[in-house]
Amino acid sequence: MSTLREALGAVWRTPRGRAGMGFLAFLALLALLGPLALPEPFRQFDLEELANAAPSVDHPFGTDQLSRDVLSRVVSGARISLAVAALAVGLSVTLGAAVGLVAGYWGGVLDAVLMRLVDGALAVPRLFLLLLVLSVPDRVPLAALILLIGTTGWFATSRLVRAEVLRLREETFVRAAEALGASRRRVIFRHLLVNAAGPLLVAATLGVGDVILLEAGLSFLGLGVQPPTPSWGGMILDGRPVLEAAPWVSVFPGAAIILTVLATNLVGDALRDAFDPRGA
Amino acid sequence: MRRWLVRRTLQAALTLLIALVLLFLLIHILPGDPLAREGEHALTPEQTEALRARYGLDRPLFGQLAAFLGGLAKGDLGVSIQYGRPVTELLLERLPATALLGGTVLLLNFVLGVWLGVRQAVRKDSREDRWITTLSLAGYATPSFWLGIVLAGFVGVRWRLLPPAGMRDPLGGGTVATAVDILRHLILPALTLSIVSIAGTMRYQRAALLEVLRLPYIVTARAKGLPESMVIWRHAWRNALFPVLTLFGLWLPILVSGSVFVESVFAWPGLGSLAIGAVGNRDYPLLVGAAVLVAAVVVLGTWLSDVAYAVLDPRVRTS
Amino acid sequence: MTRVLHVRDLRVSFPAPDGHRFHPVDGVSFSLDRGETLALVGESGCGKSLTSLALLRLVPPPGRVDAGSTIRLGDTDVLSLEGEALRRIRGRRIGMIFQDPMTSLNPVFTVGDQIAEGVRAHLPVTKAQARERALALLQEVGIPDPAGRLDAYPHQLSGGMRQRVMIAIALAAEPEILVADEPTTALDVTVQAQILEVLDQLRRARGMAVLLITHDLGIVAGRADRVAVMYAGQIVEEAPTLELFAHPSHPYTQGLFASVPRISGPVERLTPIGGTVPSPTAFPSGCRFRPRCPQAFDKSELPPDLLAVGPDHRMRCWLAEGRGGRD
Repeated sequence: MSTLREALGAVWRTPRGRAGMGFLAFLALLALLGPLALPEPFRQFDLEELANAAPSVDHPFGTDQLSRDVLSRVVSGARISLAVAALAVGLSVTLGAAVGLVAGYWGGVLDAVLMRLVDGALAVPRLFLLLLVLSVPDRVPLAALILLIGTTGWFATSRLVRAEVLRLREETFVRAAEALGASRRRVIFRHLLVNAAGPLLVAATLGVGDVILLEAGLSFLGLGVQPPTPSWGGMILDGRPVLEAAPWVSVFPGAAIILTVLATNLVGDALRDAFDPRGA
Repeated sequence: MRRWLVRRTLQAALTLLIALVLLFLLIHILPGDPLAREGEHALTPEQTEALRARYGLDRPLFGQLAAFLGGLAKGDLGVSIQYGRPVTELLLERLPATALLGGTVLLLNFVLGVWLGVRQAVRKDSREDRWITTLSLAGYATPSFWLGIVLAGFVGVRWRLLPPAGMRDPLGGGTVATAVDILRHLILPALTLSIVSIAGTMRYQRAALLEVLRLPYIVTARAKGLPESMVIWRHAWRNALFPVLTLFGLWLPILVSGSVFVESVFAWPGLGSLAIGAVGNRDYPLLVGAAVLVAAVVVLGTWLSDVAYAVLDPRVRTS
Repeated sequence: MTRVLHVRDLRVSFPAPDGHRFHPVDGVSFSLDRGETLALVGESGCGKSLTSLALLRLVPPPGRVDAGSTIRLGDTDVLSLEGEALRRIRGRRIGMIFQDPMTSLNPVFTVGDQIAEGVRAHLPVTKAQARERALALLQEVGIPDPAGRLDAYPHQLSGGMRQRVMIAIALAAEPEILVADEPTTALDVTVQAQILEVLDQLRRARGMAVLLITHDLGIVAGRADRVAVMYAGQIVEEAPTLELFAHPSHPYTQGLFASVPRISGPVERLTPIGGTVPSPTAFPSGCRFRPRCPQAFDKSELPPDLLAVGPDHRMRCWLAEGRGGRD
């Protein structure tokens, strides 16, 4: 899709978009390289004198109370957080687009019913839904967590896509395609979905930031990513008891979250500006 | 207008009903027996049976739903497993604290967020605008629980400037002293939640005002020779208010969620910390009760903001 | 004849993406006398709206009026005014009505409010007095049942009535000059005539000068005393109305007349002007009409000055040299 490339190009041209994209690319690289990027991938935590060490050349982010290098843990946490966010958002966007498309295109009773359901679902804050579900089992496997976050996040997207479809349906080019006898499937995919892709992409990008915050919060409460799998939220929880003595244990994962979500928001904003026909 | 009001209210009621049904269904499709407990919470078979009967878990699904809704209509949300007291009672007990916190944050958002948003719209693209935008984006990106523990840890514990936890000192003074005490305890949690949420309000207002400033009737207002402040606040902002009102309808769920973390971190005795406790102890009636209350608040909030919109927009009011 | 408005060498510039500035209004000069109507005619993109906005210093940023331009309102140099002084001429000495009354009126205030606001901005009156003024103005612009309409909202009125309200707003502070930017374009044909009639009556009753901006030659005849035709940011022909209609001299003007369909007379083919209006970012060199002009010749490569072709009749075309000073 050339518009996608154009939009990304437009984002790259703005200084803030560039900063955001750059940071995300860097983070993705770190995540991909994984263990290779870690200064101390498989450190055994048995050197007591290194516990709660302040940041130094050896340990740029310091160590935690179990003598683990905080930088390594932050990088490991990045892999998890990004993966969870990307997958969950992917799921949300797919579900939301599907429902929104169906509701907007077929209209009528189906639309009314679907949208009423969405309204009802939106009334309960996502966090509460997740708290309810996550309180039942003892441990939630990562895959289940991703599934849960994904299936609770599509409601707003469906509204968005529906609105786009409704708007686009009335556009002349869609009428023209239908008049030319284009098959329904063709109309849906080629015309409607492609044009709704812009706002969808924006929603997805911003959604990634939201999920990172959500997952971190859940992990902080002990309900999200379970130890020993590293997660930023979990690290912040770990660092709480030693906050006075070793603030870096909590501060750096928090800073990582801030930077990452900031980056996604900058990119999302820039994308939104790029797709907005009215421009600046 | 009256017809619209009736329609909108019915719509709200329907939305709430659907939310309740969805919640009900959710609980019932969850794996695991809500009554099964291990270790110290283990129940004897007799106790389990008794609870099962009490909660009507032995009835068919539809019957349970009817019982659930029927109970709700009477204000009966069941009994908390943790506390052994009616859920409704517990919720009402904790509601004021959350209302105080949420209300304060909402007020701050409205006053500061709106003012900053308008200000930044007028100064669009200036250096100050760019900085404040980035700062507010950073605020939005900050996890509320992290900010909470940092503020509590440093301002509260290390520097001892403000109390880091709770809502008031157990050793109370007179009413005024108590009020002041509560306010002191309110500062950090309210600050935390505000920092995180004000960014959204500010940016929304800024965007809304920029949209309106482009419109032809703003040129008309200037061409009349009106002072610029009047053009901005009377003509432009009055129209840019609407998206912000809608925003409050959307903000409510976010504020509610945010308050869960903040209340937890600051041990603020509100609904959020109650819910967290319920999660840990698998107190489903309490958890569901809290979810129901929150859903009701959200539906009420969106209804209110829609009504406010209708009242303020003559195009809706007079149709 | 007292001259109320004098515009000389008006240039409005905007920044282009590459950093240069381009000039959608490029050296426009005209003047208005008390009580007369000057029509500024041209197609969209010729710069006429920007010209009118410049008079009130309402050019939208990042556009600006360039140095070297002169706008004089009687004795006042409009371009040197700032803040409060500038605010005082808007509405009070020049009133302006815009093209689309639906979007030019604030939807959340009543029409009475909006008119009264215009009165109170400049005249020391109480709220009640301003309201009375608003009522009187509504009557003057010919709105039926003015008392009932005073508290109506813009969306409750028809297009024609909204435009009358706009006129009332523009006249609220009793300006000497009324600038009407395409006042009838957004209205139905039948309503157009009514609005123009209202404008005429008001002009005569108050002795105002009117700058009528339009792309429609049809509404110019019979309404304007003088006409100035704009093309590509410049005035290319100006003359008293009758003279212009009798002897359209600039090839562009001739093209405009030829492309207007006539109801009376034998049905001929419409002859549109070939080509398209040039973008302000890329005006042709030399005579700007040259690429589309059927009479272009070698001298057209030089930008022409405004030359006389008849009594009080000038055009920006080298062809005038052959004809200069006709009977």
